[in-house]
Amino acid sequence: MSDIEREQRLDEQEETPHQEPGGYAPSVAERLAVYQKAGGVITPVITAILAFFMGGLVVAATGHNPFTAYKAIFNGSGLNWFFHVGSYDIGVPFSDARIWFPWNTSDSTLAKSGGLAASSLAAANLQQTLLIMTTLTLTGLAVAFAFRCGLFNIGGQGQWIVGSLMAVWVGSSWANMAKPYHVFLAVVLAALAGAAWAAIAGFLKATVGAHEVITTIMLNWIAYWAGSYLVGRDGPLQNDVDKSIPISPDVVQNAKLPVWWGNPLLQGLSIGFFIAIGMLVVFWITLNRTTLGYEVRAVGFNPEAARYGGISVARSYILAMAISGSFAGLGGAMDMLGWQYRIGVLDIQVSTIGFIGIAVALLGRNTAVGIFLASLLFAGLYVGTRSTALPDDFPPTLASNLTLMIQAIILLFVGADIIVLYVWQARRRLRPFKGRSPVMPTTGEAS
Amino acid sequence: MDVAPVLELRGITKRFPGIVANDRIDFDLRPGEVHALLGENGAGKSTLMNVLYGLYRHDEGEILVQGRPAAMHSAKDAIGHGIGMVHQHFMLIPVMTVTENMVLAAEPTRAGVLLDEGKAIERVRDLSQRFGLAVEATARVQSITVAQQQRVEILKALYRGADILILDEPTAVLTPQEARELFSIIESLKAQGKSIIFISHKLNEVLEVADRITVLRRGKLIETIGRTGATEAGLARSMVGREVLLRVEKTPAQPGEALLEVEDLRVLDERGLEAVRGISFTVRSGEIVGLAGVDGNGQTELIDALAGLRQVATGRVAVGGKDLTSASPHDHLEKGLGHIPEDRHRRGLVLEFSLAENLVLHDYADKPFSRIGWLLPRRLLAWARRLLQEFDVRGGGPQTRASALSGGNQQKVVVAREVARDPRVLLAAQPTRGLDVGAIEFVHRRLIQERDKGRAVLLVSLELEEILSLSDRILAIYEGQVVGEYGPDVSEDELGFAMAGGRRERTAAA
Repeated sequence: MSDIEREQRLDEQEETPHQEPGGYAPSVAERLAVYQKAGGVITPVITAILAFFMGGLVVAATGHNPFTAYKAIFNGSGLNWFFHVGSYDIGVPFSDARIWFPWNTSDSTLAKSGGLAASSLAAANLQQTLLIMTTLTLTGLAVAFAFRCGLFNIGGQGQWIVGSLMAVWVGSSWANMAKPYHVFLAVVLAALAGAAWAAIAGFLKATVGAHEVITTIMLNWIAYWAGSYLVGRDGPLQNDVDKSIPISPDVVQNAKLPVWWGNPLLQGLSIGFFIAIGMLVVFWITLNRTTLGYEVRAVGFNPEAARYGGISVARSYILAMAISGSFAGLGGAMDMLGWQYRIGVLDIQVSTIGFIGIAVALLGRNTAVGIFLASLLFAGLYVGTRSTALPDDFPPTLASNLTLMIQAIILLFVGADIIVLYVWQARRRLRPFKGRSPVMPTTGEAS
Repeated sequence: MDVAPVLELRGITKRFPGIVANDRIDFDLRPGEVHALLGENGAGKSTLMNVLYGLYRHDEGEILVQGRPAAMHSAKDAIGHGIGMVHQHFMLIPVMTVTENMVLAAEPTRAGVLLDEGKAIERVRDLSQRFGLAVEATARVQSITVAQQQRVEILKALYRGADILILDEPTAVLTPQEARELFSIIESLKAQGKSIIFISHKLNEVLEVADRITVLRRGKLIETIGRTGATEAGLARSMVGREVLLRVEKTPAQPGEALLEVEDLRVLDERGLEAVRGISFTVRSGEIVGLAGVDGNGQTELIDALAGLRQVATGRVAVGGKDLTSASPHDHLEKGLGHIPEDRHRRGLVLEFSLAENLVLHDYADKPFSRIGWLLPRRLLAWARRLLQEFDVRGGGPQTRASALSGGNQQKVVVAREVARDPRVLLAAQPTRGLDVGAIEFVHRRLIQERDKGRAVLLVSLELEEILSLSDRILAIYEGQVVGEYGPDVSEDELGFAMAGGRRERTAAA
């Protein structure tokens, strides 16, 4: 009903543009663009707020204060690091000059003033959050890119496993290779492995029409068991040091990504973070500035029109899946070469990073900016609810369940965002009619 | 004629955000009268009827049935007040029989729960006899013709006790003959005291069937006039707000070389049945060949095959002398084929794309719009600005989403794209479907222009009038075969007869 009404309304609006002499009447199209933009930004935000609200209700129901809990999660994610405004000594040579920063610039200053201070802890937490965010961004992109081609890539998890295995294998071989080459080779081959893995699903879709949801799920399981075999007991990729542990050999020093923040031995933040941010840019440019992206979007919106336009739909499916898979494979490489340095059967079997990527893509509405924010949110939630981050009296099971719950609610709502959008528009419809809406009334809300 | 009206709408105003869809509309319906509601797409006809039928709530004004105010909160209220609506798209269940469809939700029952089938069939037969609406009561809806389905819809409304019938563009799906039968059904309904609101944007049929005509334009009531004294030109002026050329002016064709050659073409449909069964024809440069036929006689499959969008079973297609029988859609475009598809939403446009992006749907990967895989947005925008101006597309600029445009302007975008590629052969499949008078005039003039530039134009249309006014040669298609070729001055009757398969049967009998 709402769709019909909306369409009707648009039709009618178009036929009767109301113009007032002298005044600037925004065209219907312009206003529509604003509506859509507003809807596009507002709905995920409302969704997230609602999810937090409902999560808070559950916390309250268990007799805890939801505000304390959320503050603890916030601090546990390390995001409070950004709120230490003050003047700090950053060691400007030959002086005692202190400079104002919105965050604490050096842990050493605090170390001098005694022990592990709050901001240092915040820094460590933030590094964790950004580590997780790096991978989530990439697995989110893996889902989003396929989405833009009209494909639902559930296979981010399998593509991540394949990329991880490739990264570990390359990273642990050829110990004598020079560092930049080794890193480059491992990263690129991991991305290609993910691409090839996902392209299988794209190929099957393009040739025999096998649905990508089914095939990517099947490929997930193949990757899961194949990976478990490879690094498992007596598997070909198991380490030589201790045959009782089902884990891969370590990545050699030369294949590790440089860590630029924090201690490399304590899971500091590698340059993988910047690679992920760079991939957001690559994602946007590929979609919006290349003929390939044009094809992918055309097929995603309307495959029949794309075919009519002379675009090979089959080729687009295969390429879009391959590019998707390369993002997820890259995510595996960032994990393996950035901080994990090895992969065990346990890692393969308990990881859900590829699946959280689906939530990231959905909440981020398959846009680069959206994925950036959504991956930060999910990573913060994930890191912030570790029991170590929470107050002692807060039950750890509640904490981890809170994350799951918020994730689930967000997913549920994002899936049903049409409803939110509908309510958002109904609000406008109920507003009393004022002859002509003021110039671009929603601009402020949209930005 | 001062009879108390059975239905009166007084000062109906319906607003949507930023728009007044109906602005203080007065409308009345007398017993036993056909009152036509005429207007362009988006003039507010459907909104008004949806208000009447209880689907929308009006903001101001009142509805009176038999002189008493009536509140229409839902279709149920409307039905309760004796109002029945026959929608453009039928609301029938294909696998059920005519009778079952008709009595649905108001079944005669035995012992409270069991459907009394005999009684139901009896009532259906009774109704269909009384109003001269011939339908087979026990046939399944999926196996009867569109015209018969429409009769079932009308019977359904009558069965529920409707005294007022709303017919929403009822002739859009009918052949000329079927339309004429519908008009005689309307006459017999009138004779039995039923009142009818007849919604249309076709001037000739409104003049033929209506007693009074109300014209809406941009949500406002323009005039209500009797049939006597109304002319096509006058109505068109009221509808559009300016003078409209109803008949396209054109010079005789000067056909040149054969650009589109089709030989013994056979094409299968989705179910694997032969939809095009051995068609041969040529279209030469500088002429418009019209393909006339009732919907579903293989036109869609033929056009798809000619555009490379559907596989050819056997036969041969050549454009400009080059064989394209099993070439890809892309090859067809390269070899100089332009194609205005019959469904601009399904195929002609990517609605979520901007107009600039839509305008390069075929050429995005070629110069000057991209270089080694990089799109050049500025060139896209410049190109779009030029075309939008040349083709007078209103309602948005190059960055506007295609979905934000009205149907007429969307179609102009499609026409602009296809024509601007400078094709040698132009396939125009129902190029004016769903457009209003002004936009139709534009598309028609443009097609003639393209013909005069020396393109070969193949026009497929379900509108006989369109075929007759544009074509230099006319082919009639029936069940996947060309059943006749005519000059531009063939009579509507003769052509309609061939389209309905009459000609073939006659030759078979002879």
